Amino acid sequence: MKKLGLFLAIIMLIVSSACALQAEEMKELTWGGDSEGGFPYMFPNPQNTDELIGFEVDIVEALAEQMGRKPVYVNNAWENLIPGLNRKLYDISINGLEVTPEHKDVVNFSIPYYKTYLQLAVRKNDNSIKTLEDCKGKKVGTLKESFAQELLEEVGDIDIRTYNVEANTYEDLANGRLDAAFFDHPIALYSAGFNPEIKFVGPEVGELEYAIAIRKEDKELLTEVNKAIVALRDSGKLREIYDRWNLWTPTMAAEFNDYSPSKIEASRYNEWAEAHRPHLTFAKRLDRYKDALPAFGRAAIVTMQVSITAMILAITLGLTLAITRVFAPKWVASIATLYIEVVRGTPVLIQLFFIFYGLPSIGVKFSPFWAGAIGLGLNYAAYEAEIYRSGLFAIPRTQWESALALGMTRWQAMREVILPQAVRVVIPPITNDFISLLKDSSLVSIITMVDLTKAYGQISATYYDYFGPGIIVAIIYLLLGLPFVRFARYTEKRLAAVDKDGKYGHRENIYRSSTRYI
Amino acid sequence: MNIENKPLIVVENLCKGFEDGEVLKNVSFTIREGDLASIIGPSGCGKSTFLRCLNCLELLDSGSISIAGVTVSRRPGQVPDEKMLDIAHEIRSEVGMVFQSYNLFPHKTIIENIMLAPMVVKKQGKDEAYELAMKLLDKVGLKGFASKYPSTLSGGQGQRAAIARALAMNPRVMLYDEPTSALDPELVGEVLQVMKDLDAEGMTQIIVTHEMKFARDASDYIIFMDNGEIVEYDDGDILFTTPKSERTKAFLRHFVNTGVA
Ligand SMILES: Nc1ncnc2c1ncn2[C@@H]1O[C@H](COP(=O)(O)OP(=O)(O)OP(=O)(O)O)[C@@H](O)[C@H]1O
Ligand SMILES: [Mg+2]
Repeated sequence: MKKLGLFLAIIMLIVSSACALQAEEMKELTWGGDSEGGFPYMFPNPQNTDELIGFEVDIVEALAEQMGRKPVYVNNAWENLIPGLNRKLYDISINGLEVTPEHKDVVNFSIPYYKTYLQLAVRKNDNSIKTLEDCKGKKVGTLKESFAQELLEEVGDIDIRTYNVEANTYEDLANGRLDAAFFDHPIALYSAGFNPEIKFVGPEVGELEYAIAIRKEDKELLTEVNKAIVALRDSGKLREIYDRWNLWTPTMAAEFNDYSPSKIEASRYNEWAEAHRPHLTFAKRLDRYKDALPAFGRAAIVTMQVSITAMILAITLGLTLAITRVFAPKWVASIATLYIEVVRGTPVLIQLFFIFYGLPSIGVKFSPFWAGAIGLGLNYAAYEAEIYRSGLFAIPRTQWESALALGMTRWQAMREVILPQAVRVVIPPITNDFISLLKDSSLVSIITMVDLTKAYGQISATYYDYFGPGIIVAIIYLLLGLPFVRFARYTEKRLAAVDKDGKYGHRENIYRSSTRYI
Repeated sequence: MNIENKPLIVVENLCKGFEDGEVLKNVSFTIREGDLASIIGPSGCGKSTFLRCLNCLELLDSGSISIAGVTVSRRPGQVPDEKMLDIAHEIRSEVGMVFQSYNLFPHKTIIENIMLAPMVVKKQGKDEAYELAMKLLDKVGLKGFASKYPSTLSGGQGQRAAIARALAMNPRVMLYDEPTSALDPELVGEVLQVMKDLDAEGMTQIIVTHEMKFARDASDYIIFMDNGEIVEYDDGDILFTTPKSERTKAFLRHFVNTGVA
């Protein structure tokens, strides 16, 4: 029996190493995108929020197949896609990246895989607006800091309202808060193409080209990608993708010089339109939220992991800093003080960006998890240090003196009398700090981690709904923090019971100065 | 008072100052084993500082202090070295100190307060420390309060517990800095009684106090301090009835006028 087990184990070892070999043969193509990049570019599948779909996802998959590589997705915030590329988080980046002069300065672009334009949309019953010119004196919504905004500004005299979330723009258009909406055609199509209250008007405006970004030094990869794009175009594979997503437009027909009618159904678009026609019933919404719960659950675990790791770091480093400040010689102490002041005086967001994107340029590279945990940990350490320090000073000097007067050494007095009391004093504020760390951990979403906040963005963008998921994610944050809130209250109460004497309050730096000679 | 007893504490030319100036100026003073000395004097004259120098909570600036054969001495301007600090520590373990605000450890019960130093400093076993602590609690009349926390005790009880805590280290001398000043008048007596009992047992004690009646009745002699100097010291009755110095007279007159003594 034992021998059989051994035999099986050996077989399995051989099989698994063979598999590993096979996997190794297929080179990876890592690609960066933003899962919140938006529809129809890339977005989580509403039916299964773990799956990323979108016409650009289809393109990458076709591209990788053409190149004989295995596509591996790396998530990053859209505005950081290009920095992330140069930081070597991935080989290529694709996510509606426009070929602009600023971009071209820092990365190379493949030949464009898609070309589109800006689309004006108005209410169904509104016949007063047919072109951009007609928008003068009217309220027009568009994406913040976009090419569309620039064009609107050029026309002049338009009351421009900028939005971060396109869904909100079309909602405002439908309910009359706006007179028109002006967006990239794919966004317009997927936001309102199926909305019976809204119609598209006017000619194609402007010209937008999307291409794949590749690091300047990767010249060979650029050639390889360009070859693959051409091959996909010539074999009709790209067109198939655009047909499926209903993105084959006259512009594209001219670009690919292919005026034949579509042979396949716009299946992806139809699914989307079906799911997003306005006025979902409440029950259907609830059903969706239920589908999203596992994704929220996993994100909550990430949030907890980052927060707890960061807190352990903060508590340890904070204690070191506090002890340094209180006991070390003045000049060493002043280094700790400087650290604390610098960290507390700069935004944690900058610190995270610096650690994740800045440090690699001097060769220090952390995974997103460790960058997040270390960033938050270093930041909170400064606050913890101050809590410890005030905890030490909250213990009256007379306690220190009576311990010494009983013949204890400095170390014995610290260990037996001061620290046990200081710990009681600092537990409530440290617990409170952990609760705010839990909330601040939402910042790691900007360095590519899918924590609760990121999950909220993804799921909301998917469902076109920021309301329900917002409430869900708020409840999860509250539930995560609740045990700690209770614990802080409990310790505060206990502390209040012990310190009825209320003779606390500190005098100068007693641990350094007046007991130096003791 | 017992003339034959040998000196236990000898202080010579003790000087101590802080940033804002000299506090103790060339204080010299001797106390014999088993004596009870009271220190009186106006506020701010340096009484507390003197006590704190005696047990080296403040290191003297210059002069010498000798307690039970252990001597710490310092020349003016001498930088304290490890050896001096070790001696200071040794002196602290020979001297028990009781503070005005008792300073019990609030996170420990009364019995734990008393057991702590013997266990930590003298490495006594738990049972041994417990037995000693119970004996001392009995002596100060707090047997029933062993497992209470300091915050639940009255002032007089707290101060008696603090005395028991100091006694647990088996000190050669006990110093008290205004042990009854923070107490309600009706609680003062129980604390003074403990000191009288200790005196009867032959403990050497120095008490900074404003309790003039106690000082006069119980002390072997009284030290009058003013402006950082010992102005005079003498038997209680003599000092109160026929003080030699004008400063002593003025101070005592003040007390008679305000009706404290
Ligand atoms: N740690 C210290 N640092 C600076 N100055 C001090 C310190 N301790 C005492 N002093 C000063 O030394 C002088 C004597 O103080 P001390 O406490 O010894 O007086 P005291 O006789 O005990 O007075 P009281 O009757 O009010 O307790 C005061 O002027 C006081 O301000
Ligand atoms: Mg005093």
